[in-house]
Amino acid sequence: MHPETVHTHPDPNVDPHSALHHHGAFRVGIGGPVGSGKTALVAALCRAFAGELRLGVVTNDIYTTEDADFLKRAGVLDPQRIRAVETGCCPHTAIRDDISANLAAIEELEEELGQLDLVLVESGGDNLTATFSRGLVDRQIFVVDVAGGDKVPRKGGPGVTAADLLVINKTDLAPMVGADLSVMERDARARRGDLPTIFLSIAQDRQAVKVADWIRALLAHEH
Amino acid sequence: MTSALLLLADGRFPAGGHAHSSGLEAAVAAGRVSSLSTLESFLLGRLYTTGLVTAAFAAASHHAAAHPATSTAAAHPAAQGAAAAHLATPSGAVEGGSVPRLGDMECAAGSEVLLQLDEELEARMASPATRVASRKQGAALLRAAKMVWPGDGYGLLPQRRDGVHHAVVLGVTAAAAGLSCAEAALIACYSQVTGQASAALRLLGFSPYDIQRLLAQLAGQCDAVAMAATAHAGKDPAELPMFSSPLADISAELHATWEVRLFAS
Ligand SMILES: Nc1nc2c(ncn2[C@@H]2O[C@H](COP(=O)(O)OP(=O)(O)OP(=O)(O)O)[C@@H](O)[C@H]2O)c(=O)[nH]1
Ligand SMILES: [Mg+2]
Repeated sequence: MHPETVHTHPDPNVDPHSALHHHGAFRVGIGGPVGSGKTALVAALCRAFAGELRLGVVTNDIYTTEDADFLKRAGVLDPQRIRAVETGCCPHTAIRDDISANLAAIEELEEELGQLDLVLVESGGDNLTATFSRGLVDRQIFVVDVAGGDKVPRKGGPGVTAADLLVINKTDLAPMVGADLSVMERDARARRGDLPTIFLSIAQDRQAVKVADWIRALLAHEH
Repeated sequence: MTSALLLLADGRFPAGGHAHSSGLEAAVAAGRVSSLSTLESFLLGRLYTTGLVTAAFAAASHHAAAHPATSTAAAHPAAQGAAAAHLATPSGAVEGGSVPRLGDMECAAGSEVLLQLDEELEARMASPATRVASRKQGAALLRAAKMVWPGDGYGLLPQRRDGVHHAVVLGVTAAAAGLSCAEAALIACYSQVTGQASAALRLLGFSPYDIQRLLAQLAGQCDAVAMAATAHAGKDPAELPMFSSPLADISAELHATWEVRLFAS
């Protein structure tokens, strides 16, 4: 073919699964089963990014204000920067099928606080099938914990297989619950291919350093 | 336009409804709804009060958006058809000239009536928490509607950062979707009753068959209330029905203060 007639895609490297374009802060969803450490991770990221990024947090606990109150009590983020969304007993609906309340909460934060760099959206604790809509977040982290049993990565489900980052939390508990981390790592790799997995103990790593670095890399790529 | 009607009435339409029990959660906590028969009384009580009011406002808002010309004495009757065609057409889909555009005067009349409707509906809601819930749901519906049925008609709505009341947005959305006034009223009644019933299912663990049977039994009354509400379209906004239920207003205020609640209203 003559070089001048070559038809090129406007952006051949575009990811067909990439998020809907929106202006404003980069949005990261944090999902996972009840008690796996989602709020602990949000708190750790708030510590990690304090003084570095303009941050906002939206929580979706089934009990309206539980997570938001925890973050306020922990003193890791100015209460003004936290919004709680009610989900009417359906945490997965609010992050996937009907994202309107979460979008409104993010817009409110941006309106009141001005330009933000990063918004973290914590989903209510749900099951292994809950994932965020690409209309709501740019990237999603799925948090499971070692105490839930080393079978969790093997079970798969869209959270484990497709999240942009899988966090396996509470590694400090592995000896207590007889969980084999190497089994979890092998199963995660089998389920996730090239997608990254991070082992973490937020109890010991109060700033979730590796997760914060993963987000920093994404933000650097954005700009 | 049956499919568009079903689409807009569907509980899966992403307009934030799933997070609202419209008073049901508060009634359950107070022990007023605990069985199928008390649920039925609750649904009927609310259908004939707030249901009728919101349906009348939805119908009136549809009318104001679809026929803004008849909203003023000075308006030209010929503009009516143009207005309806205009609203049912996605903006930009029509080349200039083939469908008459809404005149400035008609637009001004339509927005004036919609503003009045929003204010009159506000006055019919004694509870500030209920007002907030209604405006939030209006904002969520508008967000979805603009993307699903794009059009210029939404420009007639009042500009409010906290959202326009849900029933008003519903009427304008129904017009943009090409639905009738009566269908706008029907969606208002239907979504109130089914939304509350679905909240009851989640909170009280009823059998889904029992809930659906109850809804089927109430269908005739739901239709009748919607029909009665439709008759108010085109009236002076101040003359629209003004039924309320004081206990619901008080419960809504209490509900908003709960530390732990599952539903936004
Ligand atoms: N041992 C240990 N405990 C942890 C760790 N991370 C979190 N926890 C504890 O696990 C419990 C649950 O953590 P949360 O952060 O509230 O979990 P969550 O996923 O937000 O829970 P829901 O929002 O209720 O679904 C808390 O008591 C945390 O202190 C960890 O790395 N090790
Ligand atoms: Mg939490």
